Amino acid sequence: MKTHVTCSVNGDPVEFLVDDSQTLLSALRDELKLTGVKEGCGTGDCGACSVLLNGELTCSCLVFAPEVQNSQVVTVEGLADPDNLHPLQAAFLEGAALQCGICTPGFLVAAKALLDRNPTPNEKEVRYAIAGNLCRCTGYDKIVRSILDVAADLASESETVGE
Amino acid sequence: MTSTSFKHIGQRSIRPDGLDKVTGKARFGADYYLPGMLVGVVVRSPHPHATIKSIDTTAARAISGVKAVITAQDFPEISHEEAMSGESVVDFRDLSHNVMARDKVLYIGHPVAAIAATSQQAADAAAQALQVVYEIHPHVLNVDEAMASDAPILHSDLDPDGGEPTNIAKRHVFNRGDTKQGFARADVVIEREFTTKQVHQGYIEPHAVVADTGEDGRSVVWCSSQGHFLVRDQTAKVLGWERSRLKVIPAEIGGGFGGKTTIYLEPLAVLLSAKSGRPVKMVMSRDEVFMATGPGPGSRVRVKIGATSDGKITAAEVWMAFDAGAFKGSPVGAACQTVLAPYEIHDVSITGLDVVINTPKVAAYRAPGAPIGAFAAESVLDEIAEALSMDPIDLRYQNAVEEGSESTYGPTFKLIGFKETLEAIKEHPHYKATLGPNQGRGVACGFWFNAGLGSSATVSIHEDGTASVLTGSPDIGGSRASMALMAAEVLGIDETRIRPSIVDTDSIGFTDVTGGSRVTFATGMAVIEACGEIVEDLRGRAAMIWGAEPDDVEWQSGQAQHSDGSKPPLSLAEIAGSAAKTGGPIAATASLTARGVGPAFSTQVCDVEVDPDTGLVDILRYTTAQDAGRAIHPSYVEGQMQGGVVQGIGWALNEEYVYDDSGRMENPMFLDYRMPVASDLPMIDTVIVEVPNPGHPYGVRGVGEVGIVPPLAAIANAINGATDVRLRDLPMSPPRVVDALSSELNGATGTPAG
Ligand code: FES
Ligand code: FES
Repeated sequence: MKTHVTCSVNGDPVEFLVDDSQTLLSALRDELKLTGVKEGCGTGDCGACSVLLNGELTCSCLVFAPEVQNSQVVTVEGLADPDNLHPLQAAFLEGAALQCGICTPGFLVAAKALLDRNPTPNEKEVRYAIAGNLCRCTGYDKIVRSILDVAADLASESETVGE
Repeated sequence: MTSTSFKHIGQRSIRPDGLDKVTGKARFGADYYLPGMLVGVVVRSPHPHATIKSIDTTAARAISGVKAVITAQDFPEISHEEAMSGESVVDFRDLSHNVMARDKVLYIGHPVAAIAATSQQAADAAAQALQVVYEIHPHVLNVDEAMASDAPILHSDLDPDGGEPTNIAKRHVFNRGDTKQGFARADVVIEREFTTKQVHQGYIEPHAVVADTGEDGRSVVWCSSQGHFLVRDQTAKVLGWERSRLKVIPAEIGGGFGGKTTIYLEPLAVLLSAKSGRPVKMVMSRDEVFMATGPGPGSRVRVKIGATSDGKITAAEVWMAFDAGAFKGSPVGAACQTVLAPYEIHDVSITGLDVVINTPKVAAYRAPGAPIGAFAAESVLDEIAEALSMDPIDLRYQNAVEEGSESTYGPTFKLIGFKETLEAIKEHPHYKATLGPNQGRGVACGFWFNAGLGSSATVSIHEDGTASVLTGSPDIGGSRASMALMAAEVLGIDETRIRPSIVDTDSIGFTDVTGGSRVTFATGMAVIEACGEIVEDLRGRAAMIWGAEPDDVEWQSGQAQHSDGSKPPLSLAEIAGSAAKTGGPIAATASLTARGVGPAFSTQVCDVEVDPDTGLVDILRYTTAQDAGRAIHPSYVEGQMQGGVVQGIGWALNEEYVYDDSGRMENPMFLDYRMPVASDLPMIDTVIVEVPNPGHPYGVRGVGEVGIVPPLAAIANAINGATDVRLRDLPMSPPRVVDALSSELNGATGTPAG
């Protein structure tokens, strides 16, 4: 018996059938073919599968797919709007914050979750906010700098708006 | 230090594959789905050392949805045959036996069967139902156990000294000069012993493959690897197939660090697909990656170094035993060659043992073997500097190799930038910054050969003046950006008009692995050569259009210019637009074996704070200087330097394979195999030194590997600076640090010779 799930993914209404044991990660990848969401461990330890579930940063490998009934899910595929990259995506490109790029979707989602809640984080706050995401290639330096760059842009924008 | 004579090289351009990677579009190994695709799983040994008495597949095959089951019987027996495979030697018989166990299993996780089914559930159920009867043997889990006189023997045919079989697969011996006399000239001699544990490369993407075998018996394979030609050739060898029966399409690769320069799943998927007539996808779980793919070796190492009171090294003796895992072939040979390579030492004696144990077969890991040797040698050098009250950089500088020095492993160095890296660190503000209580500073150096090997490139100019650059080198760290920049430099057009792609094994000439820090150097050389041919062609066509001689045409800034200025210049786009009238399509291919490899050196400094109560070592500040020869794309050079350092930090402080007595890895998940996360680290400062490699048109050396060589010792030396205690066993995890701090027995200090 499969469960019929209705929810919103990246703003679009979607429906799919899953086994009760299937994770949200598997539903996104294997049923919806949203393969930007990556599996690095399946145990909640690498963050490659990060999504926003009702706005909260979540490891999709730790959520059973039937649990997302009527929820809102955002994946890396939903970060950019049709004409523009999300500022974090642009900053990651500009700042060479990826090498192999397998961890990148997870970092972008985690960084968006951070900036949504705290648009002006300091370096330490950035480092703790992405501590659930593993990157084996970069040593995190350029990832942290790219996120701080976006935060600095956000800060100067809000100043300009304020004036 | 940066040359300004280039227009494109040295720019921090946006990588051509970047957009797909930040939007989730890029397809990695596990991202391929084919119609009718089956799920493949591997059945693995639960014992570290056992004889397979029988395998009964009847019950497994009876499960509904199971389409194919394969075991050892389905593989041809091949004899021992060693061949170069990228940087390392592969023995095809061992490779075949590692991919699928034959009469014996040699580690927990060793494949004994593989199953393809219509669903994961069916495949898992079949794996449970498969009956294997084992006769269990005692096992060995490290070099000490393996070399004990009563040790169980893994292979009946390993006897390097002639005589009874042993677990020592090979003995590397290198002697030069007379170390006895050398030590007699020394005023201080220090000898120490070190141990390291197995560590994993830790790429975030597990191994993944899809294979689809057609009616004609040819198979198409999608997989992420560091070399799809290697995958093709090794898979063909293991299956006894002709190479042309396989076409391997490179997926994007989610990290490799050496660990994806061999095959595991590929021949299984191809065979399952051939048997079932359906595409088969296989993806490893993380615990399979830990328990069945290559860790780097564990080791025991002794280093003895003597020096005069004014800091001249007089002699060195090194003894190293590396575990190879279940089959011979640890990187101990490379460790022997690199361990003393940064220094001019005439009298040396180096012995390396390659030892088999009941764990997964080790695989290459970034500068294979070198970090372990450097951990020992650079720790002993630090003690010598301390004993002589010398600055540790001054001691190294005084003995540093330079152009014309004869290396400890044989060749004479051409132009190298080792001393420049030492100077860069000595002059860096980091080196002079003040330290607080419980804080210490350590330095260490590292060497790596870098590799040349075979590469191919095809360059096509399109009618609108844009260009394609095709290579066979998987891009793990932004190498497509470097290819575009080098092509732009030769062609004289903007790099955004150049599209670099990595194409399958049927679409380009043979290309060795992305490894040995070789891609920007060697594949870059092929790109430069092919672009050079294109420029020759374009000059000829311009001459034809002008009715001039090719010699009258110069190529400058992407334009043909008449040497006497009598004609208005013709741009690349203009010449390409009329290609049909000047000889047809414009394309060139280069296939070469890259000579002129330039070795890499790195010097690093690290500040730590040690919590005396918990033993926690906090990395406060880290600076690395490395000779890149020429940084084609500085951001990705820095990225390689930073990534190497951080892998080294993990190795130094936390990472290790922990086995229980039954031979099972106790920590096959990221929670317990603790790799560094962002909150563990500071920024990693980089100084790119550029001493051009005379063997490359643009001076490129490889940059990928050497960065991981110094951190183990740099951190151990910094901990000593903070605590006056030397740690010689990795990892220097909190319990070990606490133990060391509380132990009275911290070895003897340097003893005057004589
Ligand atoms: S795959 Fe979900 S945290 Fe690693
Ligand atoms: S870029 Fe490779 S894991 Fe982060």
